Amino acid sequence: MEGLEGTLAELRDTFQSGRTRSVAWRKSQLRGMIEFVQDNEERIFQALDQDVGKHPVEAYRDEVGVVAKSAKLSLSCVEKWMAPRKGDLPLVFFPASAQVMPEPFGVVLIMGSWNFPISLTLDPLIAAISAGNAVVLKPSELSPTCSSFLAENIPKYLDPKSIKVIEGGIDVCEQLLQQKWDKIFFTGSQRVGRIVMTAAAQHLTPVTLELGGKSPAIMDSSSNPTNMKVIAKRIVGAKWGSCSGQACIAIDYLLVEERFASDLIDLLAKTIKQFYGENPRESKSYCKIVNKNNFKRLLDLLTDPLVEASVAYGGSVDEEKMYIEPTILLNPPLDSQIMTEEIFGPLLPIITLDDIYESINFISSRPKPLAIYAFTRDEKFKKQILSRTSSGSVTFNDTLLQFLCDSLPFGGVGQSGFGRYHGKYSFDTFSHEKAILQRGFFPELEPRYPPWNSFKLHFIKLAYAFNYIGLILLLLGLKK
Amino acid sequence: MSTEEENQTVFDVAAASMLTKELRDVFASGKTRSYEWRISQLKSMIKMCEEHEEDIADALHQDLSKPKLESIVYEITMLKNSCALAIKELKRWMMPEKAKTSLLTFPSSAEIVSEPLGAVLIISAWNYPFLLSLDPLVGAISAGNTMVLKPSELSPATSTLLAKLLPEYLDVSSIKVVEGAVSETSALLEQKWDKIFYTGNGRVGRIVMAAAAKHLTPVVLELGGKSPVVVDSGIDLQACISPDYIITTKDYADKLVDSLKKELETFYGENPLESKDISRIVSSNHFSRLTKLLDDDKVSGKIVYGGERDEANLKIAPTILLDVPRDSLIMKEEIFGPLLPILIVSKIEDSWDVINSGTKPLAAYLFTNNKKLKEQFVMSVSAGGVTINDIAMHLAIHTLPFGGVGESGTGSYHGIFSFDAFSHKKAVLYRSFMGDAALRYPPYTLGKIRLMKALMTSNLWTILRALLGLS
Repeated sequence: MEGLEGTLAELRDTFQSGRTRSVAWRKSQLRGMIEFVQDNEERIFQALDQDVGKHPVEAYRDEVGVVAKSAKLSLSCVEKWMAPRKGDLPLVFFPASAQVMPEPFGVVLIMGSWNFPISLTLDPLIAAISAGNAVVLKPSELSPTCSSFLAENIPKYLDPKSIKVIEGGIDVCEQLLQQKWDKIFFTGSQRVGRIVMTAAAQHLTPVTLELGGKSPAIMDSSSNPTNMKVIAKRIVGAKWGSCSGQACIAIDYLLVEERFASDLIDLLAKTIKQFYGENPRESKSYCKIVNKNNFKRLLDLLTDPLVEASVAYGGSVDEEKMYIEPTILLNPPLDSQIMTEEIFGPLLPIITLDDIYESINFISSRPKPLAIYAFTRDEKFKKQILSRTSSGSVTFNDTLLQFLCDSLPFGGVGQSGFGRYHGKYSFDTFSHEKAILQRGFFPELEPRYPPWNSFKLHFIKLAYAFNYIGLILLLLGLKK
Repeated sequence: MSTEEENQTVFDVAAASMLTKELRDVFASGKTRSYEWRISQLKSMIKMCEEHEEDIADALHQDLSKPKLESIVYEITMLKNSCALAIKELKRWMMPEKAKTSLLTFPSSAEIVSEPLGAVLIISAWNYPFLLSLDPLVGAISAGNTMVLKPSELSPATSTLLAKLLPEYLDVSSIKVVEGAVSETSALLEQKWDKIFYTGNGRVGRIVMAAAAKHLTPVVLELGGKSPVVVDSGIDLQACISPDYIITTKDYADKLVDSLKKELETFYGENPLESKDISRIVSSNHFSRLTKLLDDDKVSGKIVYGGERDEANLKIAPTILLDVPRDSLIMKEEIFGPLLPILIVSKIEDSWDVINSGTKPLAAYLFTNNKKLKEQFVMSVSAGGVTINDIAMHLAIHTLPFGGVGESGTGSYHGIFSFDAFSHKKAVLYRSFMGDAALRYPPYTLGKIRLMKALMTSNLWTILRALLGLS
């Protein structure tokens, strides 16, 4: 406990000294980050393989590449982002100037998650650094190889006086959450999100919560056979191609019209074989389930006999290898756990509807998800989805790519979280936007001060309405 | 259930739950999302201010002895201005914002769509009870939400007036007023809201955020804190009643005190307790709290002006205290009253550490002609907002975000920031079926890494080389 408080005190002193605020410091750290991932690419791939069985391509695409890209963008933009923004000022405030200047919060806590143990810790770290903060990074203990890799190597590349990695489990998290932070950035489950925010409330600490939810995919009938092949690839890629479905933006379940269901299942099955071969257990391109708890949790979703009966494809498991076959279910009961909780695994329920337009009510009557994916060319349908559902993001005719688009804010709404990052939003999320107003001394407006009289009242009314003509007339005695 | 009936029966958790359900149903109907609905509400609010200016000023006078002109200036006119700005800008605010796309997602187009959050809760404060209730409402309405307003019970006349007027002028199915104190507020806080906007103090701010945490509800907390004014020598000070405390150098302190005394006499006359322009202390609790600050041993002998009190009428004369110790009671909490402590430092630059040693305030002010000091101040002092060579003005500027940091709060509003505070910015990515790269999908090969690396660095030359297998 003293160790932690001592660490925090050290970070506060470092921050107070102004060390992390200079452009030079921020850029040096960002360069350090780029070097870190470049120098250690192989070792990072190994750690990811060890923790979640990620193939190097997935590891590059979702982790190393994301971090490198993010660091490079921040490096080239940080000075621009740091610059104060001018605000418009109405004439009545003349002479004056208004600006908004971003400043770092101070000492911030970043809690990463286990499914993307490198990118979901380092991308927020890049954000915190570019905004000029001192940081404690807490990687998830459920990805222990990556966690110790970061703890060991980050201090070799980044400023150890300002950036600390603290490892540990629940007890360490609890201790961390008792401290006073200037900001907390949390990626993880809704349950822990509540705990984090409750702890933050004791210190009025602002938080960003990147949570999850059940992100649906909708598929209508407006696609021709060629496009259907592409759609199938995108669906399979978004369900099983990223950490075996253990991703916050993975497709959780699919909505499709009854008449297309069986063809879709066939096509998906074919695509799964294309990607993973006849026996996905042997495929190196398929991730494992992270640990026994999650493995059991996923199996439990299938124990309900009605759910088990709805399995239309897959379903085999190998507990030793932490393997669950890509599995498709057709119409499990809507009140079953698999349809009420976030799945976070390689099980894909398909729910059929009479009319695809019903998907809108289906989704909007449930908690707001992090992402909605809609495969459609019906412009009217697209507009309805946009205006009548709410989600962190909506992607039309594709999946997962919104994550790579730096100009789009990445974050949830409602139960899927609040706050956002990526691109400049990352910088903003770790900054306080300070309003700055500068005035000259002349002329001074007497009507602002007591003793009050009706002339002053009139003056102020006109001033606040920016009625300059009226003001002039009043001053000239020509207005009553 | 009309608001009057609600007041007569107990507003408990069950009633609060029914209320939120009703608001969610109305929201789900889409009624509050149209441009027309939002504009009609904003226009009605202006009408309400104009037709009831007298009633509003009377209520404010009743609650706080606010002189009519002060009410109209600071509260009513500012609110009308807020509505007028929203009416003028709403179309633009509601429009989706185009977002740039890169080679990584080519071909694609992207935009950010603003959408209302749903049912929101606005809890207001007693010091500007009219403005601080309705200004956030302007934001919630412009963004298309349904809402409950809970005015402060410490300003009961204003609270009752709002409960009466809002249903007359605004859409009563979407905008509700719930009056009451701790138990009604607690009942409301147990419900699931899509956003909670709270103006008040840090103690209750913590309670609000903890309640919000149960439902993962985002919050805006507009809190307070000790707003300091740093006064450099050589400045002619005019009015400074709104800051919490002043910091100045030993050399300049006496001159400053004389200047302040003069101004105060001009404003309030020689017997300030009898001046019509002095506001009343809002409650006897607050009155006791303030007198305790004055009676603190550590500040005895420091009162250089004022100090008179009238307990019967809950009035305290504007009081200046010179050279107060940093550990005195008056320096430990936000004052919220007509007491102005002055701290002395040896050189003006020492002020930054004094301010930063406390919690971050909502506002910090500096009066100086020295450019270097201004730069140092802006860079070193962390506050919600800072103003140089004036007081409180940044409150009135709708192009600047108004909000705190640290103990002074989180989130901001005013102008477009109000609209944003009550909106969700939804990311939308449009893709087609062209441009599907095999490298996205399993089975993964090491060759795919090369190409992927090239794509992610977005360097055309590198991409070309990778495609041709040359790297």
